[in-house]
Amino acid sequence: MNVGRAVVALVAKDLLVEWRARAQLVALLGFSVVVLLLFSFAVGPDSTLLARHAGGYLWLALLLASTLLLARSLQVETETGALEALLLAPVPAPAIFYGKALANTGLLVLVAGVALPVDLAITGAAVTGGLLPLAGVVLLGAAGISAPGTFYAALTARVAGRQILLPLLLFPLIVPALLAAVKATSLLMEGDPMGQLGSWMVLLLCFDLIYWSLCGVLFERVVET
Amino acid sequence: MTSRSYTVALAFTLLGVAITAIGHAIGLFVAPAEAMMGDVGRILYVHVPTAWNAMLVFLFGFGAAVASLWTGRRRWDAWTTAAVEVGTVLTLLLLVQGSLWAKPTWGVYWTWDPRLTTSAVLGAAFGVVLLLRRLIDQPARRQVATAVATIVAFVDVPIVYMSVRWWNSLHQTQSTPKTIDKMMAVPLWVSAVGILVLSIGLVIARWRTETARLAAEERAPDLPDAPAPLHLDQESR
Repeated sequence: MNVGRAVVALVAKDLLVEWRARAQLVALLGFSVVVLLLFSFAVGPDSTLLARHAGGYLWLALLLASTLLLARSLQVETETGALEALLLAPVPAPAIFYGKALANTGLLVLVAGVALPVDLAITGAAVTGGLLPLAGVVLLGAAGISAPGTFYAALTARVAGRQILLPLLLFPLIVPALLAAVKATSLLMEGDPMGQLGSWMVLLLCFDLIYWSLCGVLFERVVET
Repeated sequence: MTSRSYTVALAFTLLGVAITAIGHAIGLFVAPAEAMMGDVGRILYVHVPTAWNAMLVFLFGFGAAVASLWTGRRRWDAWTTAAVEVGTVLTLLLLVQGSLWAKPTWGVYWTWDPRLTTSAVLGAAFGVVLLLRRLIDQPARRQVATAVATIVAFVDVPIVYMSVRWWNSLHQTQSTPKTIDKMMAVPLWVSAVGILVLSIGLVIARWRTETARLAAEERAPDLPDAPAPLHLDQESR
């Protein structure tokens, strides 16, 4: 089976699993909305302050939701021994990684699709820079979280204390992606007089390229031992 | 190899301490005070060498992690662990020194300076590798996990530095490499060599204990699969 078709099949499988367990997905969407509400409560009803931090809230909500999502996406495989079956299938190991990482990126974009309108509504921020560039930032940011996230979820899937270990490993690592995504989102919401958006997008893209290739290469060793 | 590596480690450590002491003696008593910061600036002689050596030790750890993943040899696993551990300690020291220097100079213990922030992120990223290592019992999996986590964390260093520098570009007053007095350059370099030798000694010592620990782990007999069933009537007898 060629790699492209294998990846497509694996993405379809993962999305189908999520769809069959859609109550959990709804719970995840609810979680991101509750987190957004909590940020607003923590800051207080100052609308200018809330609007200025809307980008940061959105990405922190996505990041917190992602740790739940990522942990589950690999736990589903290890609990039932499905990962061994998957490794026995005639597909290269990187295809398994890319399938999972793409599915997680898609699900994170879905979470963002729900969290963004809520974020805009409760903070009073507006997307002045256009929805299409924002969609690009969300896609790149979600990809930046999900590549190292999927990788670390696989690394910690069978380790005691993985619930705490996954965010501990992931958070310091994705500081650059988080910074770039928050900055780019804020620039799209508050306007970009200095024309800085491009460089943040490039940084995000570089982060994605580096970790999508590095984790793809290392994944085989992680799941085979 | 048994006791000889400890002797080598001890020799390096003592030599490192001696050289560092000489460097600091020059730095504290001979070198002129820094023009802007006065005596506070003398922390330079321990701070800058710590930063350089932390990076060198992590670079060595990265190389060891690649070798560990490539060859699967246990000794590279021990080298990786030793380097990440010593590097993490140096990074934590760096953060403490930075805060001590920042308080009288900038008036705050913490600022979002790119180098300071990068060091903090680094310390967290590598510290968690050590935690991860502790939580995995099976040696082969632990070796792979340690190696890949070290590689992934090390690759992040330049990206973190770039991103934080851009992010903080508005407040950043980039210090220009000023032509420093010769009497300030000498203690700086002597201390740098001293801390390097000391770090090498510590890495060798940690490598040796880690090797011994891994060997002991391999020699240890397997635990019985399940405890023998406990009979209440036997106990009551």
